[in-house]
Amino acid sequence: MKPAPTHSYPGLNLGRGRPGAHKATEVVTFGFWVFLMSDLVYFGLMFGVYITMIDAQAGGPGPHELFDLYSIFAQTLILLTSSLTVGLAMLALKYDLPRGRIVLWFAVTLLLGLSFLFLEIRDFMSMADKGGIPQRSGFLSALYGLVPLHGLHVAAGCVWLVVLGIQLRVMGMTDLVVSRMVRLALFWHFLDLIWIGIITIVYFGGLTYG
Amino acid sequence: MDRHSELHRRERRRYVIGYGGSLLLTLAMFGAAHWFGIETRGVYLTIGLLGLAQLIVQLVYFLHIDRRRSSREDLDLVLFSTLVLLIIIGGTVWILGNLAMRMHMPVM
Repeated sequence: MKPAPTHSYPGLNLGRGRPGAHKATEVVTFGFWVFLMSDLVYFGLMFGVYITMIDAQAGGPGPHELFDLYSIFAQTLILLTSSLTVGLAMLALKYDLPRGRIVLWFAVTLLLGLSFLFLEIRDFMSMADKGGIPQRSGFLSALYGLVPLHGLHVAAGCVWLVVLGIQLRVMGMTDLVVSRMVRLALFWHFLDLIWIGIITIVYFGGLTYG
Repeated sequence: MDRHSELHRRERRRYVIGYGGSLLLTLAMFGAAHWFGIETRGVYLTIGLLGLAQLIVQLVYFLHIDRRRSSREDLDLVLFSTLVLLIIIGGTVWILGNLAMRMHMPVM
């Protein structure tokens, strides 16, 4: 007989510390991973549209007038740090640290997610001030189709965090809630991966080829 | 109990390594853009490779997807999705770029 695999779904595995949650989590989390991969293909389509639209500026404002790399840098650091804090929350969960620690790391993640959204919306507003609105050119339509799509995912993640916080309070640390936390962490890490694609292709690519 | 906290330390180190690596790669990316100017194609190629490296670091250290044996084929799924993505993006850019060239539109 083969020994049981040490790793049965993407992300941090809860393992023997929480056998109930581990079993319940395995199948659903793999299904969630399949969903994330199809989400990735959707993002890929938007990236494809953006790349082909990069020259279609129709005399409107282009990347050099619109992009603020300092703000993008800050957003990158915030999102990266939130990916770490969500990982620390998962570790606290796996190794049975006091519940306060778990809630603390999730709360820090929520705060970082909200500050990311704040900076991103501020960027969009300053872009709109310079005439960079979606209907101005094909390039801007593609830009507004892709970057806010990621922002929407982050916003959904923030709502998810709040809902999980409420569920944790009402239902307690049940296997179901724990298993949802596992998927939230996976979702959050995935968003950071998409963001790396966005800074590389949308922002740096836009500045190089736009 | 000792083994428990030992494991905890090891797994936490994994996350910290992933974070530190990603941080360094991010700094290198923005540093390259800042000091060497983003308009040069060579610099952009470097930035692209740094981005790719960061994707791999995060997949391995945050999402724990690597070549270890797992009961489900997470890595295969990632690789297949990447293949689909390459066909979609590469195909789109190829077809539309070719079209733009034949219609004598400016650079594509």
